[in-house]
Amino acid sequence: MSDTPERLPAVEPPAFPPPYPTAGGRFAPGAAVRVKTGAAPGHIRTPWYLRGRTGRVERICGDFHNPEELAYHRPGTPAVVLYRVRFSMSELWGPEAERPGDTVDVEIYEHWLEDATDAA
Amino acid sequence: MPHDHDHGHGHDHGHDHGHSPSGHPYRKDDDGPLTHWQRMEIAVRELLVEKGIVTRDEITAQIARMDSRSPALGAAVVARAWTEPDYKARLLADGSAAAVEMGAEVEAMKLVVVENTAAVHNVVVCTLCSCYPRNLIGLPPDWYKARAYRARMVREPRKVLAEFGLVLGEGVQLRVHDSTADMRYLVLPARPAGTEGWDAARLAGLVTRDAMIGVALARAPEEAAAAAAE
Repeated sequence: MSDTPERLPAVEPPAFPPPYPTAGGRFAPGAAVRVKTGAAPGHIRTPWYLRGRTGRVERICGDFHNPEELAYHRPGTPAVVLYRVRFSMSELWGPEAERPGDTVDVEIYEHWLEDATDAA
Repeated sequence: MPHDHDHGHGHDHGHDHGHSPSGHPYRKDDDGPLTHWQRMEIAVRELLVEKGIVTRDEITAQIARMDSRSPALGAAVVARAWTEPDYKARLLADGSAAAVEMGAEVEAMKLVVVENTAAVHNVVVCTLCSCYPRNLIGLPPDWYKARAYRARMVREPRKVLAEFGLVLGEGVQLRVHDSTADMRYLVLPARPAGTEGWDAARLAGLVTRDAMIGVALARAPEEAAAAAAE
């Protein structure tokens, strides 16, 4: 691999469709997405270390009830699209990255993502 | 990393506060009052029994069932993937359905299987809590739930892996998977060299829990033989 990896990591096109039903999301595999920076209260499944970071959609997992609502006994509907997004270590940790081209894949719900085509 | 707590070994024995004469730390007795949620659990459990919805025996049996889960089923899944290319394809496409084929009680588990190759190594962490494919590999070890593992595995994963005894080559790409939401992850380790012609049952003996989390490789045949001889 390169010594100067891209800030946005490579993802291979998915070899198979998502095993769980999905109505299809805003973002396709390979799309550049940025995690929103908001600090919402409650049962949030978006880790802090990702806020404001840009990565690429690795795959669509399917549509799932919103856990931020389920945690408070609300129905969590309509279901939200869940993605796996890949981030490079250099994007997450900057010059302190242990190895810039290694990656972290994280599941993120669509309402936490915004388009980052500008960064691609 | 696997032994993050201060074990007391190597310190002066005999007068160490909080340690037994053999140098082991005493586990603090759980003498505090019940917490709110402990009281709630007891109250709900007793009501369920009183109303005849579940019996005490059923509760005991369910706890025993959860405690008895082991990595054996996960190892069988991995070994079958090594020996049957069609099964491996199904496992990578839809992990839960392929695990059910092997008798797993998948329940709500949605399994994503990630494959190690000569060029890519995968490792699993849950930075938010301790999400883990219990149905396939048993209860998570304490270190998996520890803050040190959860924080460091996304920040300096190669260093953490080295502490587990796994030093990745420069040419290997590391993929950390943070299990934050609905999916659960199983690493499909690379099949060890020197196992040509082995059947799935024999191969399963090389597949450890740690290899399926990604903090180790599957055992080499000689390593497994040495472990068995101990």
